Amino acid sequence: MSTSMPEARSVPDSGRRPSAFRRKRTYYRFIYPALLVMALTIIFPWVFNVYMSLNDWGVATPPVFVGLGNYVSLLHDDRFLNATWRTLYYTILSVVLPVIFGTIAAALFNQEFPLRSFLRGVFIMPMMATPVALALIWAMIFHPQLGVLNYLLSLVHLPPSLWIYGPDTVIPALALVEAWEWTPLVMLIVLGGLAAIPTDPYESATIDGANWFQVFRHITLPLIMPFVMVAAMLRTVDALKAFDVIYASTQGGPGTASETINIFLYLEAFAYYKVGYASAVVIVFFVIIVMSALLMLYLRQKTLWT
Amino acid sequence: MTVVRTRKGVRRASWLRRAVGRLGFAFLLFLVLSPTIFVFLWWLSLSLKPDVDNTAYPPIFIPPHPTLVNFAHVLNDNPFGLYTYNSMVVATTSTFLSLLLGVPAGYGIAKAKANGLAILVLTSRMTPGLSFLIPWFMLFRFLGLNNTLWALIITHLVIGLPITIWVMMGFFEGLHPELEEAALVDGCDIWGAFRHILMPLARPGMVVAAILSFIFSWNNFIFAVILAGQDTRTLPVAIFSMLNFNQFAWGNLAAAALLVTLPVLIITIVAQRQIIVGMTSGSIKG
Repeated sequence: MSTSMPEARSVPDSGRRPSAFRRKRTYYRFIYPALLVMALTIIFPWVFNVYMSLNDWGVATPPVFVGLGNYVSLLHDDRFLNATWRTLYYTILSVVLPVIFGTIAAALFNQEFPLRSFLRGVFIMPMMATPVALALIWAMIFHPQLGVLNYLLSLVHLPPSLWIYGPDTVIPALALVEAWEWTPLVMLIVLGGLAAIPTDPYESATIDGANWFQVFRHITLPLIMPFVMVAAMLRTVDALKAFDVIYASTQGGPGTASETINIFLYLEAFAYYKVGYASAVVIVFFVIIVMSALLMLYLRQKTLWT
Repeated sequence: MTVVRTRKGVRRASWLRRAVGRLGFAFLLFLVLSPTIFVFLWWLSLSLKPDVDNTAYPPIFIPPHPTLVNFAHVLNDNPFGLYTYNSMVVATTSTFLSLLLGVPAGYGIAKAKANGLAILVLTSRMTPGLSFLIPWFMLFRFLGLNNTLWALIITHLVIGLPITIWVMMGFFEGLHPELEEAALVDGCDIWGAFRHILMPLARPGMVVAAILSFIFSWNNFIFAVILAGQDTRTLPVAIFSMLNFNQFAWGNLAAAALLVTLPVLIITIVAQRQIIVGMTSGSIKG
């Protein structure tokens, strides 16, 4: 991050060149315009959210102050609690699958082979493509009767599934799309890590007669683990916040079977117009995201020295 | 002695082992790439077939009579030009404003070591989009800005500005401080050094930030689905509402979805290097 650069202290302050203090103030002037915009578009919503969450607030009715009332109701709202478990289930799948496949893909893309650069471009297309468009296509692929996925399964004699159209399979199916979409990001981050690995441990290991799996398990994996964990942290944050594909393909359904916190929040705010209540959900949701990110950072610190 | 013998042994079996290794490698690569390639090819196939073929079972993979009729339908039945215009205006304006504000800010944060602001940027990255959307919705209603493109442009700054600041911070930290010192010795003030020396050097970073801001603004759904009206819809919102009206017009849906995401896919292939740098340097997504 921003602490790594050595400061240019060696230059003596003389003549008309500004002093360190004046200089720092000048640098801050570069920041102020952006800070003002961020205050209006980012900080103001945060503060206003906290205020709204303390009120019983519908869009058309005047707000009534209820203190922590919204938060207390949340604790007893089964729909919210179910959404929370569902979100965790979805998140775990959407972190583990891309981390495994992304690491494998990175190991492959770290080798030289023909068309590598072009194929890498193809491989990262899912994470850049418009998520709503992907949701439409996947909804067709998942179709139980006419979809291509059940047909492919039948070719290898596997039973068909209802995918996003069945209450029990909808979350894993959506996590599959999320994994398909975001495995490339994990791949890129781990690939960056692989590029930074020194070559000497490999030379001595090859001389010692280690096979490729032993090399991967005992040399490569520990060295790239910090990168894998960074990728896992980003994945955690993004999977918790996932919205576009879920909303565009199922809108929380069938029933409420794919209603994650974000979908629940959206419906409370913009379908039922319970703005105060939704704001309380936002605050709780934000706390969950930050705590998860900190947990992942803590786990990453542990991988650094083992 | 033993070492030498091991090496000889390796060499003797090497042609076989290498062949098996290559084959295994190719197979693994195929496994990793096939889901991506299959989905995109199937998508293309859906968009090029009439719906009789699209809903056939077993599925028809290669269009027997490829046709552009789906694309013609989409373009004739919907004001696609208007939606494209909306998406273009919102994405380019918010990207431009993000660069205007974010490039100097990235420089200032890098030089002043304003880590608090870096943390603010990171925190905004972790915040769910809806936490911005509810207050904005109330505010824009109050200001009468709902259903205007300005509402979308302002909100898309929340996507572009943090990306830009983050990418530029990294770039300015990577430039040698001596460059700026030399400019100052030559009589430039800090603004002049930034404007004439550092900004031109940071142009690659600006390209990275611009590409990512543009794509994530183009792709954004959640803000526009609430804040856009009938005439200010962006493309993702437009295809979402098509889905609700024709559930079974698979060919049309696939064609529309392809039209919406095609610019992004082209940018991804053409500017692959910039996208990789941007996505891994800060790993920021909208």
